[in-house]
Amino acid sequence: MQSGLIFDVKRYAINDGPGIRATVFLKGCPLQCKWCHNPESLSANVQKMYSKSKCIGCLSCVDVCPEDACTMTVDGIVTDTSLCTLCGKCAEICPTKATEMSGRIVTVDEIVKIIDKERIFFDQSGGGVTFSGGEPLMQSEFLIAVLAECGVRGIHRTVDTTGFAPTKRLLEVAKHTDHFLYDVKVMDSERHKRWTSIGNEKILHNLRVLSEIGASINIRLPLINNVNDDLENIEQTALFVAGLAGRKKRINILPYHNIAAGKYQKLGEVFDAGIMAEPGDDDLAKVVRTFAGFGLEAMIGG
Amino acid sequence: MFENIQAKNCNPERSADCEGNFYGPLESSIGPGMNGRIQRLRKLSFDAEPTISIERALHETAFYKENYGKYSIPVLRAMTFLDHCEKKTLYLGKDELIVGERGPKPKAIPTFPELTCHTVEDFHVLNTRDMQRYITTQEDIDIYDREVIPYWRGKTQRERIFNHVPEEWRVAYEAGLFTEFMEQRAPGHTALDGKIYTKGMLDFKREIEKNIATLDYLNDPEATDKAEQWKAMAISCDAVIVFAERHADLAEEMAAEESDPLRCDELKKIAQVCRYVPANAPRTLWEAIQMYWFVHLGTITELNGWDAMNPGHFDQHLAPFYEREITDGSLTRDEAKELISCFWIKVNNHPAPPKVGITARESGTYNDFTNINLGGVLRDGSDGTNEVSYIMLEVIEELHILQPGNSVHISSKTPDRFLHASAHVIRQGHGYPSVFNPDTYILEMVRQGKTLEDAREGGCSGCIEVGAFGKEAYLLTGYLNVPKILEVTLNNGIDPVGGKQVGVTTGDPRNFNSYDELYTAFLLQLNYIIAQKMRVSNYIDRMFAKYAPAPFLSVVIDDCIVNGKDYYDGGPRYNTSYIQCCGLGTVTDSLAALKKHVFDEHTFSMDSVLQAVSKNFVDEEFMRQTIMNKTPFFGNDDDYADDIAVCIYDDLVEAIDGKPNIKEGGKYHLNMLSTTCHVYFGKVMGASPNGRLAGKSISDGTSPSHGADIHGPSSVVKSLTKIDHVKSGGTLLNQRFMPSLLKRDEDIKKLGQLIRSYFALGGHHIQFNIVDTATLLAAQQCPDDYKDLLVRMAGYSDYFNDMNNDLQQEVIERTENEGF
Repeated sequence: MQSGLIFDVKRYAINDGPGIRATVFLKGCPLQCKWCHNPESLSANVQKMYSKSKCIGCLSCVDVCPEDACTMTVDGIVTDTSLCTLCGKCAEICPTKATEMSGRIVTVDEIVKIIDKERIFFDQSGGGVTFSGGEPLMQSEFLIAVLAECGVRGIHRTVDTTGFAPTKRLLEVAKHTDHFLYDVKVMDSERHKRWTSIGNEKILHNLRVLSEIGASINIRLPLINNVNDDLENIEQTALFVAGLAGRKKRINILPYHNIAAGKYQKLGEVFDAGIMAEPGDDDLAKVVRTFAGFGLEAMIGG
Repeated sequence: MFENIQAKNCNPERSADCEGNFYGPLESSIGPGMNGRIQRLRKLSFDAEPTISIERALHETAFYKENYGKYSIPVLRAMTFLDHCEKKTLYLGKDELIVGERGPKPKAIPTFPELTCHTVEDFHVLNTRDMQRYITTQEDIDIYDREVIPYWRGKTQRERIFNHVPEEWRVAYEAGLFTEFMEQRAPGHTALDGKIYTKGMLDFKREIEKNIATLDYLNDPEATDKAEQWKAMAISCDAVIVFAERHADLAEEMAAEESDPLRCDELKKIAQVCRYVPANAPRTLWEAIQMYWFVHLGTITELNGWDAMNPGHFDQHLAPFYEREITDGSLTRDEAKELISCFWIKVNNHPAPPKVGITARESGTYNDFTNINLGGVLRDGSDGTNEVSYIMLEVIEELHILQPGNSVHISSKTPDRFLHASAHVIRQGHGYPSVFNPDTYILEMVRQGKTLEDAREGGCSGCIEVGAFGKEAYLLTGYLNVPKILEVTLNNGIDPVGGKQVGVTTGDPRNFNSYDELYTAFLLQLNYIIAQKMRVSNYIDRMFAKYAPAPFLSVVIDDCIVNGKDYYDGGPRYNTSYIQCCGLGTVTDSLAALKKHVFDEHTFSMDSVLQAVSKNFVDEEFMRQTIMNKTPFFGNDDDYADDIAVCIYDDLVEAIDGKPNIKEGGKYHLNMLSTTCHVYFGKVMGASPNGRLAGKSISDGTSPSHGADIHGPSSVVKSLTKIDHVKSGGTLLNQRFMPSLLKRDEDIKKLGQLIRSYFALGGHHIQFNIVDTATLLAAQQCPDDYKDLLVRMAGYSDYFNDMNNDLQQEVIERTENEGF
């Protein structure tokens, strides 16, 4: 039985495709976007997360750790990563979920069963399941197996992807996918690399190919002031999208929120917003207008 | 008793069940409303301070002093009512189109000393308490002390009841295991069907006279009782006609002195309307609304019934008048909306009479839970939504006043347009309309023995309880504190708070070897307590049938006239007694915690849990947090907990459903309503094994415990529909929603789809509390109660509790800015 590593299942998801959906978050991502909202999605391994504000200082994790990797300090529990084997005993005993393990292995059957529980909402709303991440295509064999099983059950399937994957693999996934959410972040490859750690050639190429085969796609633009909100980038994005084959693509603009710092803390990391800033209503309206100038329908959110 | 205690806990949500004027002073000098008239009437209603009017008590006392013993009780009651209608001070306010007040002015509330007599001290408490006051002048208090109180001493219904209850009942009642509705108000609780729009009081009188003509004194042993009952009904019809005629006279007098020609015409029109209804069946929308209003006033003046009166499917009743007049051009949509708005404000002018004794101190403003049903289905099963339904939704949104309550009824046949229009009003965040599922409640009523057509004509009145409108007495008898029954079980029949033996001896739970043993003990206690409750309820029912019949209410409820029997005496076609069971979430979670941690996994011993609970988890935070975070709780689509909930629910059905009440063919049925009683029930309890601390609210209705549902609304819906709603007479689901989940039109549509999903699975009722800033601030103070708050932004999802302080602050600010 195929299995995969996921870090969350979000029910009543209303921003991840048509209707009411269940969104499965797969762990691991080839990109390292500086604005990432889900830092626990980046690593393809199980990770330990710790939240000091929830810790009641009971020291049960210190007692239970077989490697003596946990120590209580003025900053709460500190884990010595050189000793920690990620066995998860600390998270198991922690009474408040101050310590939690992000990432759990599930089989195809297990995840399909969870998805199937939400069927009534899919049926009533024209919704379905969305696979997000991380980058779901990093676990493409597992992903395809789950998609195929959902297909057999008549569940609408959406894949939310960065588009960074071998073209052949993407096309294989597309055979089992009803709808894509596809990110276009920055048009200039150098700038793209600076902000996400990789160039965008593959991503743009894959989007062209996917359009040519007639896939249903919503393009998503995470809009971050001082990163990709300049007129030049927006115009280039619009030009590129307008030139894609097939049906006119809808653009969803996802305004950046400086709100995920807490999650970074839990991973023992620091979120540096740097020059990244939230777009205001005026900025958003301007971008929508620019897209409209290219005959493209852009909407905020979703 | 304590149905409406306001507690200072960190649960500031508003719901339609809430009391009090929660709408603060508005920025504009007048406030909302479709036009100047409605704005002024609304402001007057909104600003009026509740006062006590002793007029009714004085009339009644004088009449009783003079006439008690001369007539049969039903006739005496009807004559007392007629006497008051002949004498009472009338009110006809500036701007009014729909007329009539129970008291001498808006929000002037009469007392009902025959039921329960306020003491001088009660009046002082009501004058000075922190909560909404009911003002009585010192002069009136002195008169009351002299004229009213001495006469009723020892003769009130309340005293009759308390003088006769057995000790077992009393200790359980005082421990807070249940409440008793009828110790302060009369059984009421009904809604009307469409009969008063096709028949006037004169028609009812003709029917009564026909029945009197058939009296068979030779063969019918009940002939004399029936004769008295019919006589009383006929007198009460006269009483409301007199009341209306007096308004017509007053309107004509005022018209003669009115200098404004427009108002003069209106007053003349009012006079015409009041001359015609309620004596005759209404011909126009205006007359139809005024007809209902006179009937409404009649029933709430005659007696002080619980959840007094309700027009039922008012949109369906008014639709034929509206459509006819719109077609023939005699009415515009705006005129119809104005009349409906006038009616809405009239209902808001009538808070319920305040309680006596401790409840006067602790209970806030109380309203009558007039719940107008919108949408739904017609008697033939087709969709009942019409243009008046949409007009009423507009009125609800524009006026946003406390009363009347309102609900939308979404069957599988209801158009999406109406569902979405309703969802838009819900989005405003006032806690209403609540949403009901006719497809399920029709089955509930058919299961209880109603005909399919009568069931379709029914709906919900008050909060969430269903009945056959115009044909049923469905009485709420009181709330049952189910988590407290578990508390008593865990203490071998003793109430750990009061120290008294209140249940039966079922053994020390430390000696139980299995979860089944524990559950069996719980069931024994449950059945014992329910039996206590029922025996006194039955006794009280008879007391009302004998001493406080309601002849006027009996006129408008089938088949009281045909049967020659009172509403309280089994006269109606259907007679239901509901026991409202509270705290399904709390008791399920408590049993789930014991099952998992004591019996299945041995994380903790029974002794250690009981000790921790008895000391309110002081120094037991590790245990409490483990239980709260590592137990499957109800509301997460997890069978471990949900199976327990289903089991408890089925056993409540088993214990209550189908037991006979004392009326012929009448039965008890289960209800899962809590109103605000879960607050009081929490106060009388120590800590519970699910980690709930002493004194904190138990869960409301069939909702999950506060903060126990951490997987979003779809999982709540799944858990809730594992119980078979059809076996009850109503379940209640309050669902919290963050405004960020309802930002776009598309999101509001998805809310509608969530409702459709719940109803497709058989849910009975759902109501949404749109989270406001106050709730988020409370969540920062008591995070344990708010684990369910999901924060959603595009591409981002988190629990409010999981965010750090700065980010929580940001969400609070956003919520504030997105306010409505």
